[in-house]
Amino acid sequence: MAAEIAEFADSPGPFVAGPDAVLRVERLSKHFGKKKRFGGSSNMVRAVDEVSFDLARGETLGLVGESGCGKTTLSRMILRLIEPTGGRVLLDGEDVTKLAGRRLREFHQRVQVVFQDPYASLDPRQRVAASVAEPLTNSSMSKQEKLDTVHGMLERMGLQRAQAKLFPHQFSGGQRQRIGIARALSVTPQVLLLDEPVSALDVSIQAQVLKLLQDLREEYGLSYILISHDLSVVRHVSDRVMVMYLGRIVEIAAKDDIYTSPHHPYTASLLSAAPVPDPDVERSRERIQLPGDPPNPANPPSGCTFHQRCFHAELLAQKLPAGEVHELDGGRKVPRTCVQQAPALTLKADDEHWSACHFPLEREQAATIIA
Amino acid sequence: MTVNDGQGDIVLDIRNLRTRIETLRGVVHPVNDVSLQCFRGRTLAVVGESGSGKSMTFLSVLGLLPPGGSIESGTVSYLGQEYTLEGKSRLSHLRGKSIGMIFQDALAGLNPSFTIGQQIGDVVRHHEKTSRAEARRRAIETLGLVGIPNPRERVDYYPHQLSGGMRQRVMIAMGVALRPQVLVADEPTTALDVTVQAQIMELLDGLRRELGMSLVIITHDLGVVARYAEEVAVMYGGRVVEHGSVRQVLKNTVHPYTEALLRSSPRPDAHVAELDPIPGQPPNLLAVPTGCSFHPRCHRRDDRELCATDIPRLRALTPTSQLTACHRAEEMALQDVSV
Repeated sequence: MAAEIAEFADSPGPFVAGPDAVLRVERLSKHFGKKKRFGGSSNMVRAVDEVSFDLARGETLGLVGESGCGKTTLSRMILRLIEPTGGRVLLDGEDVTKLAGRRLREFHQRVQVVFQDPYASLDPRQRVAASVAEPLTNSSMSKQEKLDTVHGMLERMGLQRAQAKLFPHQFSGGQRQRIGIARALSVTPQVLLLDEPVSALDVSIQAQVLKLLQDLREEYGLSYILISHDLSVVRHVSDRVMVMYLGRIVEIAAKDDIYTSPHHPYTASLLSAAPVPDPDVERSRERIQLPGDPPNPANPPSGCTFHQRCFHAELLAQKLPAGEVHELDGGRKVPRTCVQQAPALTLKADDEHWSACHFPLEREQAATIIA
Repeated sequence: MTVNDGQGDIVLDIRNLRTRIETLRGVVHPVNDVSLQCFRGRTLAVVGESGSGKSMTFLSVLGLLPPGGSIESGTVSYLGQEYTLEGKSRLSHLRGKSIGMIFQDALAGLNPSFTIGQQIGDVVRHHEKTSRAEARRRAIETLGLVGIPNPRERVDYYPHQLSGGMRQRVMIAMGVALRPQVLVADEPTTALDVTVQAQIMELLDGLRRELGMSLVIITHDLGVVARYAEEVAVMYGGRVVEHGSVRQVLKNTVHPYTEALLRSSPRPDAHVAELDPIPGQPPNLLAVPTGCSFHPRCHRRDDRELCATDIPRLRALTPTSQLTACHRAEEMALQDVSV
């Protein structure tokens, strides 16, 4: 195990926690479909393409991106619910991508998940106690110990001991999500994957659940990966934020760097699109509108996959000599580099601020876009 | 009493609407004494959580209540003509032609086995005696209006051939095919990515301007309200609890529920050190709390006062201020409740 850590300690990538990382994802890929033989064109979808990052102990890493960007596929691979095409996942320095049998069941106790829809994720015919105790099936606990754990968990979530005997339909959405969290925590995992944990809840209930999650992180020494399309929720909860586009990480940095000084034009566009509950701010700011939908992942654009929708590339092209400019089908002009070369995820001037853009935004530029 | 007295034409006027639904467990009133006005060319946002009555208000107006539902009292007037509310039938004449509605789930709203052109054409042919060719021409025209590129070709597409954002545009096309005077958008952007959400909201806003419609956005997203609406009504437990201009309500709120909503939501543009969650649950309509239905969750309630016994009247504190239904609004107005 120690040898494995040493082997990858200096591999390039947005690793900030080093050997202390609780979770480390190395060049993880998932490709769906097959390459056509006999020279036919490939219809393979690179849902996740060579993604690397790590998660420090006690950290919350927010994961944002439009639907289809690969965030769900990535989380399914981390949970070992689907098998990666390439790369590996290390938990506490141990490669978990090849685990099977008893070792895999042990792994599933260490990494747990809370799903988005609290109406769909609980078995309607199972009493809450049975649902919460489900991850404990393989533990060596006695029946009484399991019941005590369930009661303890429910009470910690703000529910009553007696409610363990009820069925899911007897609870509200917020309470069901608390039950989902109790179930995930019953096996005292190290890493909790939160897949849109509050987006199905009413606004007034969201804050209750977010606050509970923050308290639990301290209490149980948990590390979170938070997937959400709600940029406000991600900002509130995360320490670091990772932005994905078409299967790749385009930017990963500390929360404040992402929200106040994004390097990648895609991140800036996302932030610019999120409306703010203040009419004075909203009506005075210019917004970048991303044209169209994300491109088809089976047939991604060449070079930087964002170049067709990038406002920054368009602005830059106006200042470049004609020879360095490429004209797209719709008549938009972008720098030739953006069409020809795929930008690598690299470290820019700031500490641990990684982005994949040939022409990252300057601090002042970014500030005017998101303000 | 309206907020915008003397400001433009009222297209749709809802007065003291009260709706009942008979359920197996008893009678509920999802809409209780609601008055709202929609003005030509303007945008009204209706904000609230599930069960607040925000959708039910407009489903009542359109005669789309679920089985067991009926309007108990109140009036709805469209362009000055009153539609008596004893039966649903008269109101359903307004649906589609005069008042268009767009629902949240674009995939559920479209039939997978018909082309989008047929489905938009059906809306036209249901209300007007036109030929199929004319209906198709109108469908193409409307698809172009909602920003679908190459509408002549896309008119023959089936829903599955379109992306989520495009399907939402088709739903909007069905809503505006007959060029209604009022367009009600029920959570039009809730399930969408921020980028698509921005595109759809810009489209709705553009259509409002272009067609001179009155737009109603039913939402829980205060950011969308701040950007696109002029006027906002906050609903809770079937009643309007605060109603005024967006600036009044979001910047100088005089209702504790609005205040609590603002304090409990994280923001994308600023770091909020600590969220202030609203305790408890939204009210169960089968057992609405006595007095002000928000009082069990309200941080400003005073046990000596009327909060638990008397339903607060919706009133303006000064002739120019917004309407509020809170016994303690005067106190709030004196404090600086900036959030």
